[in-house]
Amino acid sequence: MKYALEFDHVWKKFKKGEKVNSLRDAIPHLFKRNNKNVSLQDLEFWAVKDISFNIEKGEVVGIMGANGAGKSTVLKLLSRILIPNKGSMKINGRVSALIEVTAGFHPDLTGRENVYLNATILGMRKKEIDGKFDEIVEFSGVREFIDTPVKRYSSGMFSRLGFSVAAHMNPDILLVDEVLSVGDISFQAKCAQKIRDLLSSGATIVLVSHQLDMMQSLCKRIILLQNGEVIKDGPTDQVIPHYQNIIFKQKEADLRNKMKAIEDQRVSVDTRTMVEITGVEFNQSYKLGEPIIFTLYYEAKEKIDNPIFWFGILRADGVLCCSSRTDKLGIKIDSIQGQGKVTIDLGKNLLAQGIYMVRFSIMDKEMIHPYVIRNKDVMRVDIEGPKSTSDAVFLPEIKWKF
Amino acid sequence: MIQMLKELIEYRDLIMMLTLRDLRVRYKQAAMGFLWAIFMPIVAICAGILIKKVMAVVAQHSLDTRGIISISVKVLPWTFFISSIRFSVQALIGNSSLVTKIYFPRAVLVLSTVLACLFDFSVAIAVLVVLLIIVKVGVCIYLLWLPLLLLLLILYTLGLGLLLSAANLFYRDIKYVVEIILMFGIFFTPVYYSAEAFGRWKAIMLLNPLGSILEEIDKVVVLHQMPDALWLIYAVLASSAVFIIGMMVFHKTEPYFAENI
Repeated sequence: MKYALEFDHVWKKFKKGEKVNSLRDAIPHLFKRNNKNVSLQDLEFWAVKDISFNIEKGEVVGIMGANGAGKSTVLKLLSRILIPNKGSMKINGRVSALIEVTAGFHPDLTGRENVYLNATILGMRKKEIDGKFDEIVEFSGVREFIDTPVKRYSSGMFSRLGFSVAAHMNPDILLVDEVLSVGDISFQAKCAQKIRDLLSSGATIVLVSHQLDMMQSLCKRIILLQNGEVIKDGPTDQVIPHYQNIIFKQKEADLRNKMKAIEDQRVSVDTRTMVEITGVEFNQSYKLGEPIIFTLYYEAKEKIDNPIFWFGILRADGVLCCSSRTDKLGIKIDSIQGQGKVTIDLGKNLLAQGIYMVRFSIMDKEMIHPYVIRNKDVMRVDIEGPKSTSDAVFLPEIKWKF
Repeated sequence: MIQMLKELIEYRDLIMMLTLRDLRVRYKQAAMGFLWAIFMPIVAICAGILIKKVMAVVAQHSLDTRGIISISVKVLPWTFFISSIRFSVQALIGNSSLVTKIYFPRAVLVLSTVLACLFDFSVAIAVLVVLLIIVKVGVCIYLLWLPLLLLLLILYTLGLGLLLSAANLFYRDIKYVVEIILMFGIFFTPVYYSAEAFGRWKAIMLLNPLGSILEEIDKVVVLHQMPDALWLIYAVLASSAVFIIGMMVFHKTEPYFAENI
């Protein structure tokens, strides 16, 4: 079996910083050649490091990775826009890329002219376009304005027309980079249908996207990139948890930094506190169904009557997932003084995978003044397996009966 | 080189489309439409007549019609040359969104630019032919050399266009240098005068392949003479060399276009 795409130890480097791109700069550069080598190498970095993979004909493969992992560079290498510095690659078949679908549009030309222009740029023959023209226009839904210059189009019409042209190619190998988020829901549904048609036509497809749902439904295999290297290559279900892990770790680090910054500010403003939360004990990460228990340590410097304890869990995007207040539960605390500890038992964890902030506060009995708010605990929920892909907050045990 | 030409032939539809795009855009924006194609030659011819007139006054003889006809015949290839070069220099940079996003042989961009200028050139030629018939220039057997001379002109223009478009991609100030050379180039090329006027120094004027091509065109169209064999051979060699060098440099640097644009 001949592979459609072969990557054999491919390396690609880019330069950081300003390039010498004028004669005015290039001429003085000739005279300081001796230290040129050193400084240039400092500015270089590998965007793609030693990547090898083979993609069989008819395979649908997803490429995933955090921002800056090298996904787009790989796609550009595949589409022959860039060439590798080291290593070799083979491409067997006609490649077309759904990368920037409107790149070939000229604003002054009409929709009709642009359809022809863009389709030829993407590699179609004039005869082919003649045959497909009506289909393309029908698909885009801009028939009424097809003889209007595209500079008068709305941005939606513009990209819909671009996508329609690109989607009507019949390539052997199709590269798709985050373009499916074009247009309204009904148009997106059409796009997904079109991609499925292409799938069944036996084309080799390479998809780059952050949308887990789409990747899961379309790809059987995922190549996971990090810092320009392949860190995982295998069946979708096995690779996606690794991807989530990378993303969550990143989010977690971001969140910790942000909360630390907030905390630092708070301390400097509010120095005189009657009660302090001296520590919180819990596991850093949980799995589905694992018991969650927080232990809160406090120290009250003065006697506080009828305090109210509050606790809440917020998702990284700020959604309050659950909260609890001692007074609502009818727990009466007469007073606290000195050191003490409180345990909060949440039972089994039902939260979906993700990063959560945990917030504690101790307030006076009228809920007017918080004595202390602790806002720096982060916990992570990791869930393996396919159960975890939706954006739901909770994953209770759901049983279906028919 | 052969492979490069093969690939270009494969992409002939794209070349046509891009040429059409250039023409459509140009003619749509210009209210004058087709007049656009002859606008620049007319201005250049007027300037030539003015210079001729001044020279005639200084030399104290009358303005000869043959000189004016020669100027008109030589101005057209000249304007084709400079507009092709002017647009070619920008051909890659001006289409940077295509160069960085979609694969196709980049020479297509330069080729279609020159073709669009060739279209303007043809329109202007059609007008000129009518004028030449009116002033009864007549025909002769040497006109058969004309296709070869035009081919040389196109090869030379293409070669320089490819070379300069690639150079301008790597060094952005090339276009300013080119602009200045094009602006004053007409005085260094035998367009408004004939190389013969230089006597012994004639060879220097003809070393520029464009100069020798223009002179030969003048010879076969207006003077009804056999082209000068020596300079014709020189023009063939020089313009083929420029074309081949242009293609090779373009081909060698092409893989680095996307990351340097």
